Amino acid sequence: MDFNLTENQIAFQEVARSFAQKELAVHASEWDAKKIFPKETIRKAAESGFCGVYVKEDVGGLNLSRLDAAIIFEELAAGCPSTTAYITIHNMVTWMIDEFGSPELREKFCPELTSGQKLGSYCLTEPGSGSDAASLKTTAIKNNNHYLLNGTKAFVSGAGETDILIVMTKTAEKEISSFVVPSTLKGISFGENEKKLGWNTQPTKAIYFDNVEVPQEYLLGDKGMGFKIALKGLDGGRINIGTCSVGAAQSAINHTQKYMHEREQFGKSLAQFQALQFMIADMLTQVIASRQMVRLAASKLDSKDAQATTYCAMAKRLATDMCFNVCNQAIQIFGGYGCTQEYPVERLMRDARVHQIVEGTNEIMRVIISKKLLEEGATLQIR
Amino acid sequence: MIKEFDQKLDLVKQQNIIETLKDLQAFLGDTPLKIAVCIKAVPDTETKIQIAQDKKNIDFTGVRFIVSPYDEFAIEEALKLKEKHGGETTVISVGEGEATDILRDALARGIDSAVHVNDPDFASLDPLSTAKVLAAVIKDNGYDLVLCGQQGVGGDNNQVPAMLAELLDWPQVMLTVKAEIENSSFKVEREIEGAHETVEGSLPCVFSTQKGLNEPRYPSIKGVMAARKKEIVIKDANALGLKGQVSGQLAKLKVKEIALPPSRPQGRVLEGDVDSQVKKLVELLRTEAQVI
Repeated sequence: MDFNLTENQIAFQEVARSFAQKELAVHASEWDAKKIFPKETIRKAAESGFCGVYVKEDVGGLNLSRLDAAIIFEELAAGCPSTTAYITIHNMVTWMIDEFGSPELREKFCPELTSGQKLGSYCLTEPGSGSDAASLKTTAIKNNNHYLLNGTKAFVSGAGETDILIVMTKTAEKEISSFVVPSTLKGISFGENEKKLGWNTQPTKAIYFDNVEVPQEYLLGDKGMGFKIALKGLDGGRINIGTCSVGAAQSAINHTQKYMHEREQFGKSLAQFQALQFMIADMLTQVIASRQMVRLAASKLDSKDAQATTYCAMAKRLATDMCFNVCNQAIQIFGGYGCTQEYPVERLMRDARVHQIVEGTNEIMRVIISKKLLEEGATLQIR
Repeated sequence: MIKEFDQKLDLVKQQNIIETLKDLQAFLGDTPLKIAVCIKAVPDTETKIQIAQDKKNIDFTGVRFIVSPYDEFAIEEALKLKEKHGGETTVISVGEGEATDILRDALARGIDSAVHVNDPDFASLDPLSTAKVLAAVIKDNGYDLVLCGQQGVGGDNNQVPAMLAELLDWPQVMLTVKAEIENSSFKVEREIEGAHETVEGSLPCVFSTQKGLNEPRYPSIKGVMAARKKEIVIKDANALGLKGQVSGQLAKLKVKEIALPPSRPQGRVLEGDVDSQVKKLVELLRTEAQVI
């Protein structure tokens, strides 16, 4: 048992931090204000290896652990939580094809996803099915050697700018299957870009499927496996979102620490006021607690722990709630300036707020945790 | 995967394919280059500088070291030249523990090997002494080209690359902003006052690199993993035959005292219409600043 990072992990952290400082942090405010999806930067991120972190090496990935990924994504998120959150979604999509796709699908799609030449999106949510994901209505009906897709997906991250979609569909009553769908197929169209509170550096749109012919080979995994695949993807996705929150909150603390020395009121710096000293002390404590919880869940996923899903849900809930609070408190310390776009803390808060909802709301996380915990013998299994 | 690659590489080496490829490359007129890159660990440019107690240096407590930004252009140029012409690249740094991280960083970007010159005698060297140490590492080792950042951020002496070239008795091109190499000859653009000068000559040569030469790449995660397998060769004064000849004590340049620049007084904003502002400004330049 050792809580220290390995030499490799420290080196990964350095690479990610330097990329985040030079390529993300300096642009994040402009991307957010102008709603720019920085595709070129994401391609640069791919050159550093960030687009296939836990994807196998034969298709261009790094084959690192979820714990390594959490360390890397946290540093990137400190530069821009919104762009990093998209990069983690891209990683999740790429991993799903790597993990569940046929050898042909892996070879066809993974190399161009890990190299960032093509970008991915995950399509589960529908206008009428959010938390109740299994109630989705999009259908895929077998017709000769292809499937015909019909339906609408909502709130798709990257939609309209991405190339490869993973789409959850109903292939029969109570049977969900997932497909790899190139976004250029005939019959696919996109809604307006949603006007959002946060995550403004990635487009969010609805996607309409109107008799889209998807080759049968593009079925991901077996028929009927779709919901299981969706949930497996989400376990890792929740760690990713938790880690993006930790990065955002750490960044808020970094800015706050600096500001507390710079800003003077009543003839002394903010750093000399005990009320604010106590605030930043609590902020740091919450970030460290969140970081450790996220890393614990990541290592549970790495060791294929039977309770990994529950740990992922706890990590997502805890980290996204606590880190939102940290960003929010940072604004309080910055005062009026904290509410302006002159300083990054209001943006960090807006991005962190999204994390309490995406990848399963924090209420659904509690449903997952309590359902498991109330099983017989669970008190010994999850500790 | 990496093991498999290593096995394949061994096979290639056994069959002498690399030598054959080098011959072929030479025959086709593109000679592989052996390049040395000299780099220095400097305090992170974000560091809040404090003066040490003895007033001879800055206080290094808690200071994070990075590779001097101008050296990043030298590393990048070495990688680009190797990609184009083939050959091998070595990075060299003189320093204590802080040099290890920047050498690893260069290896992670794709440099092939590293030399860390570490000896207590070599603490607080002046530029000439540093150039002597680097020359000892470089001379007689078959290098075609030496690349250095034009100056080390912090000391900003801007002397080592030129002195190194003189000690090696090689031509030098300082403040390079564009470099082309073909068949052992070079055509290089350098920055001069208000213009660019084109210099031609033949290798071996020392270039110092200036902003504008290239866009340095980032180390990749794969590069970081590969770098951990590369060896950093450590050399001391004895190994370089410099014991008793070069040291901080023997250096000609001595630092008497360093001090922070005086804090800048607050600026003053002149008010009123343009005419009265100009009038006031001229008056102040005469009476207060006394420059006209």
